[in-house]
Amino acid sequence: MEYANLRRQAASLKRSLFDQGYLDEQFCQVEDLQDEASPNFAEEVVSLFFKDSARLVSNIEQAMEKYPGDFNRWDAHMQQLKGSCFSIGASKMNNECTLFRNSCGEENAEGCRRSFQKVKREHAILRQKLESYFQLLRQAGPARTATRSGGK
Amino acid sequence: MTVVDAESRFHVLAVDDSIIDRKLIEMLLKTSSYQVTTVDSGSKALEVLGLREEGDDSSPSSSSSSPDHQEVGVNLIITDYCMPGMTGYDLLRRVKGSSSLKDIPVVIMSSENVPARINRCLEDGAEEFFLKPVKLADMKKLKSHLVRRKQPQLQPQEKPLPQQQKLEPVPQEQKPDQASQQPAEDAPTPEVVAVSECSKKRKAAAIEPEVLSSPVTTNPRLPSSGLAVET
Repeated sequence: MEYANLRRQAASLKRSLFDQGYLDEQFCQVEDLQDEASPNFAEEVVSLFFKDSARLVSNIEQAMEKYPGDFNRWDAHMQQLKGSCFSIGASKMNNECTLFRNSCGEENAEGCRRSFQKVKREHAILRQKLESYFQLLRQAGPARTATRSGGK
Repeated sequence: MTVVDAESRFHVLAVDDSIIDRKLIEMLLKTSSYQVTTVDSGSKALEVLGLREEGDDSSPSSSSSSPDHQEVGVNLIITDYCMPGMTGYDLLRRVKGSSSLKDIPVVIMSSENVPARINRCLEDGAEEFFLKPVKLADMKKLKSHLVRRKQPQLQPQEKPLPQQQKLEPVPQEQKPDQASQQPAEDAPTPEVVAVSECSKKRKAAAIEPEVLSSPVTTNPRLPSSGLAVET
């Protein structure tokens, strides 16, 4: 019953991520694209997201350092990150990106800095949570037709 | 690029600078049984299509950089709007301005709901405008642009409803006055990797006299004869 248990845990974790607003419907859309030919598609997308978003976060950081007050530039970089968040349903992170962009629009450097810290924090939290989620799924393994007897 | 299935499936060229979105659109298209090529820029798209960026009308057969493309024609182009360098709109114009490519249907995608932008794309030859995130249901709409109609059909365009803007309390890109508050960028430095084009375009859109009329436009310019070019 190990498999069923792990699946249940994964489902429960996913539900809480939705309830707490970390993820939105778009994440389901991504998972729904999975099929037999691409059974790990969602995990691949998420993994790609964290690789790419780390790069984008770094770009923003550099832009804020090298080009103080260049809100257009900061905004343009954040637009890319926001787009990625949007595409995988990373809802809280997306919200923080929006707030950053709002601060850019207001030319509020301090607001941008605060927002950026939140973006980074949400990024880290989401990464940890989704890693746990996919780890559970991996441990559960592919769907089994027979139930296990015994086990831990 | 294999030629094996080229005749049995439609070949879609997907253009997006975001690696995530490329992966998603590729999956969406493959799930819908299209053969897919993805590129990360408008200029790469033009290469695949056989157009050099500077030149205009170079015949596809003259391209030496991608010898395969001649056998694997592109039946539809789906492109993101906001891309650094050449935007999706620029790509649209290039394709529609080329005698060899103008009959290839072009679909534009964007995560930004800007009616003036949408209208302009449709008026300048785009078949459809999809609001991101693109869904499987949107893929079904592609079919009608590929299997050429006998008579020009007026396709109901994607209505950019607020439902797509689920997370933005203040959608910055929709506020013209926001754009005008942004510091004027006198000398845009070329090393900006990010999408400054679209930021600037937002400013331009703010001062355009275009009335933000209903984004649901019909496009009477659909060619009745133009089968997608199979080179």
